[in-house]
Amino acid sequence: MKLVLRNITKRFGSLVANDRISLEVAPGEVHCLLGENGAGKSTLMNVLYGLYQADEGEIVLDDEVQHFTGPGDAMAAGIGMVHQHFMLIPVFTVAENVMLGNESTGFAGTLDLDAARARVREISERFGFHVDPDALVEELPVGVQQRVEIIKALSRDAEVLVFDEPTAVLTPQETDELMEIMRQLKDAGKAIVFITHKLREVREVADKITVIRLGKVVGEAEPTATNAELASLMVGRPVELVVHKDEPQLGDDALVVKDLRVRDALGHVHLDGISFTIRAGEVLCVAGVQGNGQTELTEALLGLQEHVEGSITLDGKQLVGRSVRQVLDAGVGFIPEDRQEDGLVGGFSIAENLMLNRSFRSPFVRRGSLRMDALEEFAKTKLQEYDVRAPDIYTHAGKLSGGNQQKVVVARELSRDLRLLVAAQPTRGVDVGSIEFIHKQVIATRDRGVPVLVVSTELDEVVALADRIMVVYRGHVVGIVPGDTPRETLGLMMTGERPKDVVA
Amino acid sequence: MTTPGLSPAPAPTSAPVVDTVAVRSLKTPVIFGVLTLGLALILLLEAPSGDTTFRLAVSTDFASLPELTVPAAAGAWTLTAVCALLTAESVRRYLARRTSPIWVLVVFAVAWMAGFLTWAAAGETVPVVGLLAGSIALSVPLVFGALGGVLGERAGVVNIAIDGQLLFGAFAAALLGSLTGSPWVGLIAAMVAGALVALVLGLFAITYFVDQVIVGVVLNVLVIGLTSFLFSQVLAPNAATLNTPPRFPRIPIPVLGDIPLVGPVFFRQTAVVYLLYIAVAVVAFALYRTRWGLRVRAVGEHPLAADTVGIKVNRTRYRTILLAGAVAGMGGAFYTLVSVPQFNREMTGGAGYIALAAVIFGKWDPIRATLAALLFGFASNLQGVLAVIGSPVPSQFMLMLPYVITIFAVAGLVGRSRPPAADGVPYRKE
Repeated sequence: MKLVLRNITKRFGSLVANDRISLEVAPGEVHCLLGENGAGKSTLMNVLYGLYQADEGEIVLDDEVQHFTGPGDAMAAGIGMVHQHFMLIPVFTVAENVMLGNESTGFAGTLDLDAARARVREISERFGFHVDPDALVEELPVGVQQRVEIIKALSRDAEVLVFDEPTAVLTPQETDELMEIMRQLKDAGKAIVFITHKLREVREVADKITVIRLGKVVGEAEPTATNAELASLMVGRPVELVVHKDEPQLGDDALVVKDLRVRDALGHVHLDGISFTIRAGEVLCVAGVQGNGQTELTEALLGLQEHVEGSITLDGKQLVGRSVRQVLDAGVGFIPEDRQEDGLVGGFSIAENLMLNRSFRSPFVRRGSLRMDALEEFAKTKLQEYDVRAPDIYTHAGKLSGGNQQKVVVARELSRDLRLLVAAQPTRGVDVGSIEFIHKQVIATRDRGVPVLVVSTELDEVVALADRIMVVYRGHVVGIVPGDTPRETLGLMMTGERPKDVVA
Repeated sequence: MTTPGLSPAPAPTSAPVVDTVAVRSLKTPVIFGVLTLGLALILLLEAPSGDTTFRLAVSTDFASLPELTVPAAAGAWTLTAVCALLTAESVRRYLARRTSPIWVLVVFAVAWMAGFLTWAAAGETVPVVGLLAGSIALSVPLVFGALGGVLGERAGVVNIAIDGQLLFGAFAAALLGSLTGSPWVGLIAAMVAGALVALVLGLFAITYFVDQVIVGVVLNVLVIGLTSFLFSQVLAPNAATLNTPPRFPRIPIPVLGDIPLVGPVFFRQTAVVYLLYIAVAVVAFALYRTRWGLRVRAVGEHPLAADTVGIKVNRTRYRTILLAGAVAGMGGAFYTLVSVPQFNREMTGGAGYIALAAVIFGKWDPIRATLAALLFGFASNLQGVLAVIGSPVPSQFMLMLPYVITIFAVAGLVGRSRPPAADGVPYRKE
């Protein structure tokens, strides 16, 4: 089935999310849609999938103009979508998820689960997915959940498949497997739209590439284009893809973690006896697929976890058992992984957000009341210094773009006298320009002699920043390796395998 | 891909690592211990004298069980000993890092309750059939309400307005029943009334994204005000024509109704109660085994996912909550068409809130919620029965018993329960 989008325009109020975007995808072809976060890729796909209605333009499938009023219409027309955030119901089984909305039923609407199981098995065998139809979705690894999404689309006889940022949650190995699946689907004659911002993947599977920026198509490229060419198309100016940093000036052991063990209230062990050391002036990156204990590690360092055993010492001072306030006072800066949830108060102004971690002492507070003039001056300086693009310091933090929000968090955390910086996913969902800036800040902090712990699931980021890399898998340290370790080795370690020459 | 000498990693990394340490819960042993000590304490402080008789039959029984008479002191102490043994068993299981199975809970509950009754009714006769049948009668509105709650919450709408649905249902049943002289018309009117309250809830909660808890509470208060106003202005002055609804007759079911103990409790009831049995079975089956139920649960767990497979989220929610309102409305009809043949202001007495507690205690499952509602009904009735036979416990204290049980049940005994993920979260696009 051939898909053609003609002059799709979608506005949200005064914002034009898609501005006359046109696109053609032929059967047996992988068409990449490349663009930064917020470029309008997902909006376009939601229009295609009937979740949004386009203000102008048309969707044409095999020369027939379509009018989708909801995802049901799009599916009936043969469009299947693999969403970035899986559209699966965690407490349902695979078969139930696959049949939902498309159920085969017996007498009086009773579910025919056997038919659904058979369908899952059939598709699963055809593409070698190995998915058990009776498994509960929430108990499956992320990579398998994604296959369930693909099975869901295929079970509805989709001819056009849309993959929306499918690799964001996968290990490098799972990503390779997904690429293989995409090639198989392509060979089976499906038309594939692959949305991503990762250049490496684009060049691996794409037959055609369309780059969009700020809601507009800014160019088309061949898969033979270089990373730098694609990146500058995407960002609209030449970008540096590497972070320049000098050799680290290592000091003494600053952060020493020994036999750290963290479990949650239900008794699940998330970190099982991990030990590592960071020296002053060193960046240690924690690499690993999301959900292998990284969140618990950073929260344990901050004193946010309740059931912590083992020892964490910073410059010889024990941090385990201290309150968060005491940990902050010991000089720990924290960039949390979810800035909207844990990093900012969306309804507060930028200025107020900037003083959140020092709202209890001078110069911002005198005799129990806030000193607005001191705050104002401080906020204005930081806005400049950290290049936060906002109308003024009174703008609500929730109104800023992802990159600017993150810069506010970084500004707040770095403008204290730090003894340790903990940065969890510091550039997730942030535009390329802001990534450059934040990376420079992290390296500058290191060069001031502060030990830095960076948690990232993006291998690119890990490789760019790390002096040493610690790979975690299921709450254990697989190994701590030098910063220049090949990606293939890191990828394998992220699945729990340990190369022979690596010591845990 | 070339990688330097790879080998499967040694033990710690390749083993299935993220394991679980059994979290030992002291809850059961502690609750058991406190209850057992409490029972022993009242036996010591106010030693029972005489015999306690348990009457297990009613006069109309086909084949009646004999009365059971036990010496109060010895009987109560024996049952206390049984409770102590079960407490010891649960402590043993706690030390062995295992949870207490359901039979321990059930046997403990029965033994403790029997022990308490033996003490409280020393020298008197406990009408066991009456106690249980009365519990059913008090439970009926609670079970209907809880079913309405389960339905609404499974679809993602918190149904705080159960009490309003019960009350409005009771009012409508009384009015329409009186006007037409038919209890069936009254019942249907009650269902429509309950659905109307649900419609208002849906309008604000689903269409206008208003906080569901607030809308629910406001609706309850609104219905109280509205029915009280209409009662004093319209119903009371014309009581003969507008507030004398006909009652549903009792229909004993042949054979089943003749079984000793079970028959008179469950199968000599009115059509409304039989409808309740059917409703519980149908809701439980439909929710888990039909297309309708799958979609309702999907909408309550992850509405966006449901939307992306072509399910109309808000339409499903509206339909489910209207059904929930109708079910709760039937519970309201029980007040005026079975219990008392007339409407009185605020006659539900907050039963809707107890039903809500039953929903949570029942972990959002229709069968469990029904059992929870039955437990609460039993607690209410026990209080009434003890007041009649003249127990040593002050009746004011007994009046508070059902609510104390509710709080304990909801707070302590539920264990891990997980509401539908999107419960109370309105679904908005874009």
